[in-house]
Amino acid sequence: MASASTIEIAASTIRRRPVAGRRFRSVLGWVFCGVAFGLVAVPLLDIILLILVRGFSALSPQLFTQVTEGVGGGLLNAITGTIVLSIGALIFGVPIGIGTGIYLSEFGNGRFGFVVRFLADVLTGVPSIVLGYFSYVTMVIWLGWQFSVLAASITLAMMILPYMAKMTELVLRQIPVSMREAAYALGADDRMMVVRVLLPVAMPGITTATLLSLAISVGETAPLIYTAGWSNYVWNGRLTHQPIGYLTYVIWSFINQPFASAHALAFAAALLVMVTVLAINLGARALLHGRSS
Amino acid sequence: MSERLVDVTPGASAPPAPRRRWAPRPFRAVLVALAAVIPLVIVAVLLFLVVYAWPAIKFNGLGFLLTKTWDLGNLYADPVETRGVLAPVGATYGCLVFVAGTLASSFLALLVAVPVSLGISIFLAEGVIPALKTPFAIVVEMLAVVPSVVYGLWGIIVLVPIVAHTIAPALAAVLGAIPFFRAGGGTGFGLLASSLVLALMIIPVITITVYDAMTRIPKEAKEAAYALGTTKFEMVFFTMLPMVRPAIIGAVILGLGRALGETMAVLMVSGGALNYLPATLMTPISTMASFIVSQLDSAEQDESGLAVQSLAEIAIVLFVITVVVNMVARLLVRSGSGARG
Repeated sequence: MASASTIEIAASTIRRRPVAGRRFRSVLGWVFCGVAFGLVAVPLLDIILLILVRGFSALSPQLFTQVTEGVGGGLLNAITGTIVLSIGALIFGVPIGIGTGIYLSEFGNGRFGFVVRFLADVLTGVPSIVLGYFSYVTMVIWLGWQFSVLAASITLAMMILPYMAKMTELVLRQIPVSMREAAYALGADDRMMVVRVLLPVAMPGITTATLLSLAISVGETAPLIYTAGWSNYVWNGRLTHQPIGYLTYVIWSFINQPFASAHALAFAAALLVMVTVLAINLGARALLHGRSS
Repeated sequence: MSERLVDVTPGASAPPAPRRRWAPRPFRAVLVALAAVIPLVIVAVLLFLVVYAWPAIKFNGLGFLLTKTWDLGNLYADPVETRGVLAPVGATYGCLVFVAGTLASSFLALLVAVPVSLGISIFLAEGVIPALKTPFAIVVEMLAVVPSVVYGLWGIIVLVPIVAHTIAPALAAVLGAIPFFRAGGGTGFGLLASSLVLALMIIPVITITVYDAMTRIPKEAKEAAYALGTTKFEMVFFTMLPMVRPAIIGAVILGLGRALGETMAVLMVSGGALNYLPATLMTPISTMASFIVSQLDSAEQDESGLAVQSLAEIAIVLFVITVVVNMVARLLVRSGSGARG
């Protein structure tokens, strides 16, 4: 009897003390996790606030009507340049990416498909500056294009290609097999099945992927330094032998100048780039979310 | 057309796949050709860089990886032939400083990013109320899409002054006995600032991968842990984390790959070192990627072309390192998810 109660007391003390310690450690753990989240949330908000505040105070109509002169003037050349380069990147990157995605999803279960899928992952991880240097060596120097729209667009296309391929494959694989079987049963060949059945269904997903690729091109800097160069003038329509300006160059180069006008341009450019990139990504997210729910 | 196809399906519940005979398939050939572009790009990048850098590779030899000095030599004198290559007098090219800067900043970044990322993953997966899960996840995802150059801008304006005036003095006061933490320069541009920016950039990479893996853990495993009387955090720490270990390792290496190749942000806050190795947290550094960008202008002054070719050699070293790192990471992530599924 007595021994039983002793055991009970002993058991309860043994249980209670570790539990208190365990609770404490658990609370500590959760605090760490919350602080960890704060450690990234605060910088993100600070980045957005900094760009919004400083960017908006630098905004003016002449940014959109004038070209850059020295460290002042407007951003018309850079804005049009970024648009031209991004569209160029999409022209090269999107069709090849979609084609690769179709292959991987429809016929890519063999060894070649595995290799392509794996190398797409590898290409995603190749530093953009290495791709830029490759383009510099091949297109800018050997082909003699010099700093040009074509070299820069192809470089950006190489960067977005694996994204387009992977996302297209993902979208296509979500389409039920029965739709393919139905198309084949009606006598459609591969081409008919893909073009008339799969692509219309996959179109929203592919559009999202294209928009995300656009965001990547707009925000990229390093490879363009080696391929696009910089120009104070609005693009004159030449594909080669003509450098072109772009917004991210302004951010990188003008923030290191000791002039207030240069800093204002850098922040205005950062605002334009950030708003574009965040809007595209949030929009794409909303689109995907809206469809899945 | 497609609507009509769908209407037909219910009648023919399991249509057999049409038997195909061997015949030319132009459509599939086109797709194969398009799919071949990615492998071609990878092969072409390596091939053309090596061909282009070949004179530099011959000139620099294996010592390239172990030489600290980057000296363009006398660009005004006539180049002389050395090791079969025309080179400016006194030219020495070595990438040890940049390899060291790259490795040091990346590993310091991992040191910060890994615990923080795990904390955020746990917080998102189990800690936060469901209503806040999506907005908080968006915060992490948006970190991943902020352009590198904007991180650099923020680094220059906000982070570097904080590093110079707050973090460095604090570290020096607490850990000043260790030479590595003794604040040397007062500018804030250097190893620590680079590592912190890199950490911020790779945290979303690691967090998203680990968080994805955590959400795929079956409910039964969590319930089993609860049944043994664990607190929620113990359940996460002793049950969920070990279950996603392969994903964590893969994600960390993936983050490492991103950090090794990061260019603009590091270029803007690193201070740009030449010919010396990082000795303290505040030493200016150069990474391979940032050096390639910052040196193009001066390398082009070298008419023998050897400087630009040596930059290409750095690009090759960087390419090989990141490709190997990424391959390992992808294989680990893949084998990890395979084991779970």
